[in-house]
Amino acid sequence: MRVQWFCFFLSCLTRRVLRGGAELLFDGIKQHQVTLPNQSNPWDIRQLLVWIRHNLLKERPELFIQGDTVRPGILVLINDADWELMGELDYQLEDKDNIVFISTLHGG
Amino acid sequence: MPVNCSSCEERRAVLRRPKTGHSLCKDCFFHAFEEEIHHTIVSAKLFNPGEKVGIGASGGKDSTVLAHVLKVLNERYAYGLDLILVSVDEGISGYRDDSLETVKRNQQQYELPLKIVSYQELYGWTMDQIVKQVGLKNNCTFCGVFRRQALDRGAMMLGVNKICTGHNADDIAETVLMNFLRGDIARLRRCTSITTGSEGAIPRCKPLKYAYEKEIVLYAYFKKLDYFSTECIYSPNAYRGHARAFLKDLEAIRPSSIMDIIHSGENLSVKEDVRMPVQGTCTRCGYISSQSLCKACVLLEGLNRGLPKLGIGKHHKLHHKLLSQEPLSEQEERKLKAVDF
Ligand SMILES: [Zn+2]
Ligand SMILES: [Zn+2]
Ligand SMILES: [Zn+2]
Repeated sequence: MRVQWFCFFLSCLTRRVLRGGAELLFDGIKQHQVTLPNQSNPWDIRQLLVWIRHNLLKERPELFIQGDTVRPGILVLINDADWELMGELDYQLEDKDNIVFISTLHGG
Repeated sequence: MPVNCSSCEERRAVLRRPKTGHSLCKDCFFHAFEEEIHHTIVSAKLFNPGEKVGIGASGGKDSTVLAHVLKVLNERYAYGLDLILVSVDEGISGYRDDSLETVKRNQQQYELPLKIVSYQELYGWTMDQIVKQVGLKNNCTFCGVFRRQALDRGAMMLGVNKICTGHNADDIAETVLMNFLRGDIARLRRCTSITTGSEGAIPRCKPLKYAYEKEIVLYAYFKKLDYFSTECIYSPNAYRGHARAFLKDLEAIRPSSIMDIIHSGENLSVKEDVRMPVQGTCTRCGYISSQSLCKACVLLEGLNRGLPKLGIGKHHKLHHKLLSQEPLSEQEERKLKAVDF
């Protein structure tokens, strides 16, 4: 299953973590296309976060994840709608879904 | 499981508003967001027709949304305002380049005039030069003090009547919390007012005072506004960072927390006998200051004399010496020269 994942991180700290480099200046949108391994149960956001944490976040995962959810202050959009309307962690991913993470912390 | 808009009941909702809990579609959200800011402007009587209003523009999400919404409302409701974008270039290499580019694009997109004031032109020092002098640890003192005055001084040069800044509800709640934690009663009393005249000569106002950060970010996102963002590369304030994280934790549990804290701040009454600092003006530059020299002038004096630590921490005793150009004792010099990187 392929999931499009944009991160639109405003905080350079988080941004640095996600890009794995020391680049401070950022073009605004970073698009990741990830292919999630097949599993018997459908993927949900909760599992996606765990997957991102293990596969993409090399350092300081606490800037992105807190407990089993995103750190407060990070907005999540599922197919351009607030995830609060979509069931949040329980939303079941479908092929070609677009997930956007926007950090509101620190960005002036 | 798409949810329908609770206002028009037709289109698909795109967000749940933290303020009201309503689920709204894009159009109904844009409308509600803009109208609430209009309501804030009208009920607090922020502007008068014919005024020249400077918008503090950093290229970041808050000021970009502010500029966009003010432009829209100025036309929709015929405020009769002469709007101008004012940006500050601190002279941090690489840091402002992209954000200033964003502001320049905003100038064209919104057809608003733009003035960029540089630290070099205002103070004779760029932030990079200052960091070389004072080290990385102390420079946010300079950042904060210089930045606050830069906007005023830039605005003064342009002859504007008022400055608007993009401070949002989250910022104000955070400031209330910080002032409370620090026991800064004078600031606690002032920080929730929507217009302040106390910091500089030009009144400042915050039209986004009641706008949640989440909504500002989503407004910018759904409107595809062109904005740029980084935090200050010169060390974010750790204490403020904690206050912010704490607020976000509260908001996640109960979204109205932000507004509740602002209301607490607004309704706080300060006992009459609490000593408030007397406001005077700086004897050197005329800026509002409770000391004979304002913070910026003390910092500048330190930089110009090669005593970078002056102005960081408490050195009030030395101010009269500086004012009268008296030489400092060897011991005083040594204390002020030490820089910890
Ligand atoms: Zn609607
Ligand atoms: Zn700083
Ligand atoms: Zn001064």
